[in-house]
Amino acid sequence: MRRAQNVLSLPTSPAEPPGFDVQRIRQDFPILAQSVHGKPLVYLDNAASAQKPRAVIDAVARFDATDYANIHRGVHTLSQRATEAFEAARDAVQRFLNAGDRKEIIFVRGTTEGINLVAHSYARTVLNLGDEIVISAMEHHSNIVPWQMVCRERGAVLRVIPMNDAGELSLDAYEKLLGPRTRLVAVVHVSNALGTINPLPEMIALAHRRGIPVLVDGAQAVPHVAVDVQALDCDFYAFSGHKLYGPSGVGVLYGKAARLDAMPPYQGGGEMISAVTFEKTFYKGLPAKFEAGTPNITGVVGLGAAIDYVTRVGLDAIGAYEHGLLRYATEQLERMPQVRIIGTAREKAGVVSFIIDGIHPHDIGTILDHEGVAVRTGHHCAQPVMQRFQVPATTRASFAFYNTPAEIDVLIAGIRKVLEVFA
Amino acid sequence: MNDELRELYQDVIIEHSKRPRNFRRLGDAARKADGYNPLCGDTVTVYLTLDGDRVQDVSFQGHGCAISTASASVMTETLKGKTREEAERIFRTFHDLVTGRRGDDADPAALGKLAVFAGVNEFPARVKCATLCWHTARAALDGRDEPVSTE
Repeated sequence: MRRAQNVLSLPTSPAEPPGFDVQRIRQDFPILAQSVHGKPLVYLDNAASAQKPRAVIDAVARFDATDYANIHRGVHTLSQRATEAFEAARDAVQRFLNAGDRKEIIFVRGTTEGINLVAHSYARTVLNLGDEIVISAMEHHSNIVPWQMVCRERGAVLRVIPMNDAGELSLDAYEKLLGPRTRLVAVVHVSNALGTINPLPEMIALAHRRGIPVLVDGAQAVPHVAVDVQALDCDFYAFSGHKLYGPSGVGVLYGKAARLDAMPPYQGGGEMISAVTFEKTFYKGLPAKFEAGTPNITGVVGLGAAIDYVTRVGLDAIGAYEHGLLRYATEQLERMPQVRIIGTAREKAGVVSFIIDGIHPHDIGTILDHEGVAVRTGHHCAQPVMQRFQVPATTRASFAFYNTPAEIDVLIAGIRKVLEVFA
Repeated sequence: MNDELRELYQDVIIEHSKRPRNFRRLGDAARKADGYNPLCGDTVTVYLTLDGDRVQDVSFQGHGCAISTASASVMTETLKGKTREEAERIFRTFHDLVTGRRGDDADPAALGKLAVFAGVNEFPARVKCATLCWHTARAALDGRDEPVSTE
């Protein structure tokens, strides 16, 4: 493998916690050691999808090459090996989230499907005319649209927690929104567009005081902060594999066993039944009840490998290192008078979104791409956030623990180039 | 800046994006059509008045990137005084230019100032930026009411 050292000569990073060797970590990610438009790749689009370490790539290839078969069915050896690998991944997720019981871990296609499952099997069954669901002003479309759909179907109302100019939710306004008709709170843990970390412990406690369950969209949180669903006491927590250095098309819905047990299945099919006649079907218990059909078996195995990898590096070290990157990038951008950062919450993770007066993000993105820098430009599937800040779109740089301060310098130099082109 | 990028962001394009021509609405008598690119949120509204079969006046409003704004600006300059048939031919030639195809009836000379958009064909992700206003103008010419979308 080509070494990543051709990419950048690194200044000693003040961000690096003791024992954290970013150059060694970069060697775990083969995709990083390449050039784009003749420049070393600087991958700062991690919030859209993160890259995969060799450990995940190899685990997936090895599983497909040696152990693959359908799961939970065959008495033959391969099926048993595949089932063991699949269920080992469930154990890995349980430990990763500190869930109380492995049957509380439901494998889905991603965060979006996890939320849709709860909208369909929970919200749809409890909502009546005039009931309310509370979401926040910084939700990704995937935590807005499923609730809108179910509210329309049931004649229920979607209420929205407002945020301030920094991109922080108002807890006062939130508490006032919680009422006798509130049936569910669905809120993002870390905002993909702003980077804001929401005060989940307070928010969940406020909801629970009124007997209201809480779903957390954790897609953007799990790569950056350690999540303990029992300490949070959330009722549901959803995340995706591909933002956690694992495969796309696989994700997790955690739900408290008592909640999940009380819910009807999401989809009907194989795997989720214990007995079927044409008159009646008996469903299996958790988690099979919510896993109809042959799942993304290899994807689940890959997700397990990603969790093992992230756990080996350590989420605390990852979080501390990334926080240093975010602080460095923020300081550098703040020095440029033409740049305005969108999302300046006190508690942030992984993301810096910005605009430059008079220059459209797509032009910024194209010019940065020619410097080898991959960023996301657009509305980040959070159009209401753009409307709140009265911008059509932003440019977003999002960080992973394989990024370096030197890469942020390349980003900043690229932005200077943008300013030159449009001078 | 490398050559490909300079080819895309030519001075004419930068200049038009900063000071777009005919950036206004026309009176109620004008035909109008809305265009929208849901991928990036760019919007454009094209207004035009006809004198018989000929474009008498044409203008636009909206917001978008430098490529889309400059494209709409140069388009309005180009379309003024053209017949529908001429407009359609120019659009086809322009479309071929920015997608890197050369149609049989391609006549680069006919493009005039539009030729500055040749660099777009090296940037597949940006082709829709350049063509959204043209699709929208075509809808306005046809008197179609429904908004034009790139998707």
